[in-house]
Amino acid sequence: MSVLEVKNLRKSYNGSEVLKGLDFSLEKGEALSIIGSSGSGKTTVLRCLNFLETPDEGIMKVNGKTVFDASDKTKKSDSEIRRNRLHFGYVFQNFNLFPQYTALENIKLAGELLAKERPDYSANRKNILEEIEANAIDLLSQMGLSDRADHYPHQLSGGQQQRVAIARALALSPDILCFDEPTSALDPELTGEVLRVIKSLADKHTTMIIITHEMKFAHDVSSRVMFLDHGSILEQGTPDEIFLNPKEERTRQFLSSYQK
Amino acid sequence: MFLTVTISLIRGLGEAMKLFGFTLLFSLPIGLIIAFGAMNKWAPFSRFVSKESKLYGFRPISAFINFLVWIIRGTPLMLQLIVIYYGPGIWFDNNIWGNGGRMTACVIAFVINYSCYFSVIYRGGIEGVPVGQTEAGLVLGMTKSQIFFKVTLLQMIKRIVPPMSNEIITLVKDTSIARIIAISELIKAGESFMKSDGITWPLFYTAVFYLLIVGILTLLFSYAERKLSYFR
Ligand SMILES: Nc1ncnc2c1ncn2[C@@H]1O[C@H](COP(=O)(O)OP(=O)(O)OP(=O)(O)O)[C@@H](O)[C@H]1O
Ligand SMILES: [Mg+2]
Repeated sequence: MSVLEVKNLRKSYNGSEVLKGLDFSLEKGEALSIIGSSGSGKTTVLRCLNFLETPDEGIMKVNGKTVFDASDKTKKSDSEIRRNRLHFGYVFQNFNLFPQYTALENIKLAGELLAKERPDYSANRKNILEEIEANAIDLLSQMGLSDRADHYPHQLSGGQQQRVAIARALALSPDILCFDEPTSALDPELTGEVLRVIKSLADKHTTMIIITHEMKFAHDVSSRVMFLDHGSILEQGTPDEIFLNPKEERTRQFLSSYQK
Repeated sequence: MFLTVTISLIRGLGEAMKLFGFTLLFSLPIGLIIAFGAMNKWAPFSRFVSKESKLYGFRPISAFINFLVWIIRGTPLMLQLIVIYYGPGIWFDNNIWGNGGRMTACVIAFVINYSCYFSVIYRGGIEGVPVGQTEAGLVLGMTKSQIFFKVTLLQMIKRIVPPMSNEIITLVKDTSIARIIAISELIKAGESFMKSDGITWPLFYTAVFYLLIVGILTLLFSYAERKLSYFR
């Protein structure tokens, strides 16, 4: 069974259709790269998956369970949306770390707030918090940032901030981790460290969707690549199929703009 | 003489501080309410008219509040005070403020004026926090209230403190406007010695009082700013 199944995803802004009925699915452990020119709707796809935008039409299923169905007009409660959202993690282009918290606190915060909803929270408070802390420390070290735990975001480089943001998303163990151009706000010499971290996640079979303009990286890291053009999936396939043997003329055109 | 002047000025300071305190007490919360009104997104016409129409995005509550704020901020506080204090007596032949009502009228004029100024500061602080902060909270499964209290509130406060401190220091000096409706605030108290005894030093003495109060406030606010300077 697919981790994620999306059917007929449609979204319009002010009458212009940005997503024109997307169908795709994702298997556990897969890394799917979404490529496409600016304005093709890549970000909108991820924002829909994370419930930051409400699709006009379509169905989204996670592990076979429907988390969104546009035809279901009953109003979802906030807590239900919140729970469905937790299937997904989101790493933003510009990090969006919380500036008033240290790296470690950024990673722990959401987990600590969620833990308060557990029935055993008051009885097990100390153990639960210790577990969250240990997990956060472990994630920081995976990101190569153990020595930066007590730094505030403004004391970190862009690459370090983005790695903290990745750890923050991982801390809630989402089923699917989404990246929106994770390196495009970084100086070229800092992109490598972030891409390496994402590659190591792919090697550990973390299920991911990655929007990227780094074609070589997409080729290396993904198990599948999807080319989005004007709100439609023009083609998808293995990295070799897309990058070495694109079927569509439009894909070839797009890729050639990256080789000079 | 020095003692007489000092006692008189301290009385004047008392009046000024009463005005200062009540103005803050009411306009800090009212300013926040006005700020929310000015940011109100209610656009009732969107349902009835097409997207191309000018009415489509029209937000009546927000527009009305912004208009009022524009008027209050665009005219002198002194004018507003005169209108509020003398207006009713002349228009309705009924001075609603009665005998002891000078201070009440004055506080009301000041609260209206300062609420509008504060609302703009609040609004800047609230809208200045990037939406990305809220979105980051949302995708991490936080509730709206958790996002407000744990993420955005402190960032808003940090943005609000510097302009707020300017405005509050201006308020200290603006209390001298109260003399226009014959409230014996500091300057009026100091000036009276110029008339009765032909001396000017009490006027300069009033400056010492202002500097003292402004000095204390400056210290308080810079302490707050320092406390919040650990993040950006
Ligand atoms: N909130 C919005 N309101 C109106 N139009 C929007 C909104 N968000 C996106 N759009 C439009 O939808 C289209 C797709 O935007 P999207 O951000 O998904 O593109 P993208 O593929 O991520 O582009 P980029 O590579 O530049 O990030 C664009 O034409 C954009 O202008
Ligand atoms: Mg984008």
